[in-house]
Amino acid sequence: MRASRTGNLRPVARCSTLYLVSVRSTPPSYVREIARSLGARNVVLRYGAVVALDGASIEVAAGQTLALVGESGSGKTTLLRCFNRMVEPDSGQVLVGDTDVKLESVTALRRHIGYVPQNGGLLPHWRVLRNVALVPRLLGLEDANELATRALDVVGMPASTFADRFPHELSGGQRQRVALARALAARPGVILLDEPFGALDAITRSDLHEAFENARDAFPVTMLLVTHDLAEAARLADQIAVMRAGHVEQHGSLNDLYSSPSTEYVSALIERALASSSRLKPR
Amino acid sequence: MRFARIIMASCVALAAPTVAAAQAQGAPIVVASKPFGESYLLAEMFSQLLEAHGFSVLRRPGLGATEVAFGALRQDAIDVYPEYTGTGLLAILHDTLPDSIARDPRAVYDRVAQESARRYSVRWLPPLGFQNTYAIAVRRETADKYDIHTLSDLSRESGHLTAGFTADFIGRPDGLPGLERVYGLHLKAVRPLAPAVKYQALASSAVDVVDGYSTDGLLAKYDLVTLVDDRHFFPPYEAAAVVSNRLVRTMPGAIATLTLLSDRLSETRMRALNRRVEVNGENIQAVAAAALSDLGLVGSSAKTAASPGSTGDSGFWRYLWDRRVSLGSMAMRHILLVIIALGAAVLVAIPLGLVLERVRGAAEPTVRLLGAIQTIPSIAMLAFMIPLFGIGVVPALVALWLYALYPIARNTFTGVRDADSASVEAAEALGATPRQQLLSVRLPLAAPIIMAGVRTAAVITVGAATLAAFIGAGGLGEPIVAGLALADTRMVLSGAIPAAVLALIVDGLLAVVERAVTPAHLRHHQ
Repeated sequence: MRASRTGNLRPVARCSTLYLVSVRSTPPSYVREIARSLGARNVVLRYGAVVALDGASIEVAAGQTLALVGESGSGKTTLLRCFNRMVEPDSGQVLVGDTDVKLESVTALRRHIGYVPQNGGLLPHWRVLRNVALVPRLLGLEDANELATRALDVVGMPASTFADRFPHELSGGQRQRVALARALAARPGVILLDEPFGALDAITRSDLHEAFENARDAFPVTMLLVTHDLAEAARLADQIAVMRAGHVEQHGSLNDLYSSPSTEYVSALIERALASSSRLKPR
Repeated sequence: MRFARIIMASCVALAAPTVAAAQAQGAPIVVASKPFGESYLLAEMFSQLLEAHGFSVLRRPGLGATEVAFGALRQDAIDVYPEYTGTGLLAILHDTLPDSIARDPRAVYDRVAQESARRYSVRWLPPLGFQNTYAIAVRRETADKYDIHTLSDLSRESGHLTAGFTADFIGRPDGLPGLERVYGLHLKAVRPLAPAVKYQALASSAVDVVDGYSTDGLLAKYDLVTLVDDRHFFPPYEAAAVVSNRLVRTMPGAIATLTLLSDRLSETRMRALNRRVEVNGENIQAVAAAALSDLGLVGSSAKTAASPGSTGDSGFWRYLWDRRVSLGSMAMRHILLVIIALGAAVLVAIPLGLVLERVRGAAEPTVRLLGAIQTIPSIAMLAFMIPLFGIGVVPALVALWLYALYPIARNTFTGVRDADSASVEAAEALGATPRQQLLSVRLPLAAPIIMAGVRTAAVITVGAATLAAFIGAGGLGEPIVAGLALADTRMVLSGAIPAAVLALIVDGLLAVVERAVTPAHLRHHQ
């Protein structure tokens, strides 16, 4: 299997057997369980006089998780949205796997990339199961509901209890779990998360982090996580990219950032984060 | 699909009598009138006379105004209605005659008859024998206080007098503009008044001057002074039956029958008849039958007792109860008009609103255009319909449909445009096509707003459908139009109250539908 080349992957066999026999007209679901690398090279995006991205570059190896951190307006969300073409850069290159995203049909690209927006973005008029089955259905998969049920199990929202609830009948944390399940359901190789836990209290957040890790254990997937919380980034991500004013200030593990900050800004950021969080302990 | 077919079928069923009437050879003769008392009475006399001679008659009383009635006649949509030569000259032919002949009734009649035949293939039968010219009237106390007896006197004192004129009179060249030109009239203020209320307004001193007709029964009732047209401004207004080309070609016998009334109605007799209808509140059929019998044109055994006359002091609910059968069928007709017009508007305006969400550039101009249609006065709208669709149910449906489009299209477009952006964006980011975003996310989220638009349109349509009576489409507008023309409040209410109740019921039913289509999360917060 091609995915095994990427080294850092969790085993795929556990979940793939379920879906081997599932679909007739479309490729079997397990084919999509291949984590793909991500790359952005010198991406520039201007809105009139405002420079949103100013030559931003990142690399994420397949199966790895990269956290984009930085203050509001640093361009982290904008960079994330380049990967599913919710924004189109003025120049530079954005790659998913080996393919420039511009060469793919925009809907096909998006259906193969999971997405968890800041506020969950669940469709309020649909029940939980239908929300989670959205992408499998868009892909025309016959086992859409089974895929959705499986994804709900992974995030700790058993379908037997929650499938028929409406989003407004769930707590904020539960909604974010469902949003995560929706991103996972079609087994994409890439998931984009835009401050998915930003609006939650600390305890709920910590529970969600577990759900996130379960998901990553269950499916081999490359993740790009936007967060303003360095502790969250340190817990969930393999690598951290610090963004400032539309470009990447430094890119590395938390230890790299701590031991050899490349700029004043990075070292100040780490200092402040250390002072405010006991959980953040560079090894 | 099935819904659409049912609508089509009902549309055809509703329209059938009209279309058949206009086309078939042995069809009934369509007798119409304009919406004021004397016109109703004359049309009823035409009808009974024709029926007495074995013709079958379809009554279409109270057609909009001159444009509607004459327009319908030109289209052979009606066969005969009473008109006045002065109106024919100025409002229909838009002619001005040299002063030498403009005051000569014979010359005016000849000119109008000739030109109508030449231009519109419409025939004027010989005049009925009386004139009904404009009568400018003031209260007796006003006449005494300012010593006003002629229009010249009025002009002298006009600076401190307020007039209440019918909209028709204010606009017509032979009305206020002409008076201002010829007499130098400069009134303190001019208020447009409905014919039904002008005499009451004058009697209660709300206005000082009104326009009336010289044969109006109400002039006598309120002890009013009619002013002498000392400069002979008003042309002769001889009443006559105007008949359609179809009737002339296919039913010479009917023409001969109608001509029996020519030169038989004196001004005195007409004023007395009008008074029985307008002041005494007698039933029009009965008055018409009595008049024809007095003239020896119809045997006295005519069906005068067939319809109940108004009994004066019996209560309003009793009045409604007595008319339950006809009110019931008018209400049914009303409901059908509303359902079909509204259904067709929903089928067009909701898809239109959705398309506009995808073609945003075209949205505002399109919706504004529909809004502009909304501002066309209903009578004008109905008049526009006649050249295209004749009179009856079809033009009424088209007009109601046009009025219903705007609120539905506006709310649909606004609703889908402003649907929760986080939901729409999430669907977009997960690979829903624009079409899928529109139909699966925006549309269901906008459902309550769209339904609010449908409810608005429904209430508007129930109200506007009362105006359908002006072009002979029936419905609860019939007693309203007739009651306004006859200054009969009870008759007006017998149409207006059921229409208002109907509006409430329709709105209530649609509120239930609105609740059913409202997405769960919004219902939760209600």
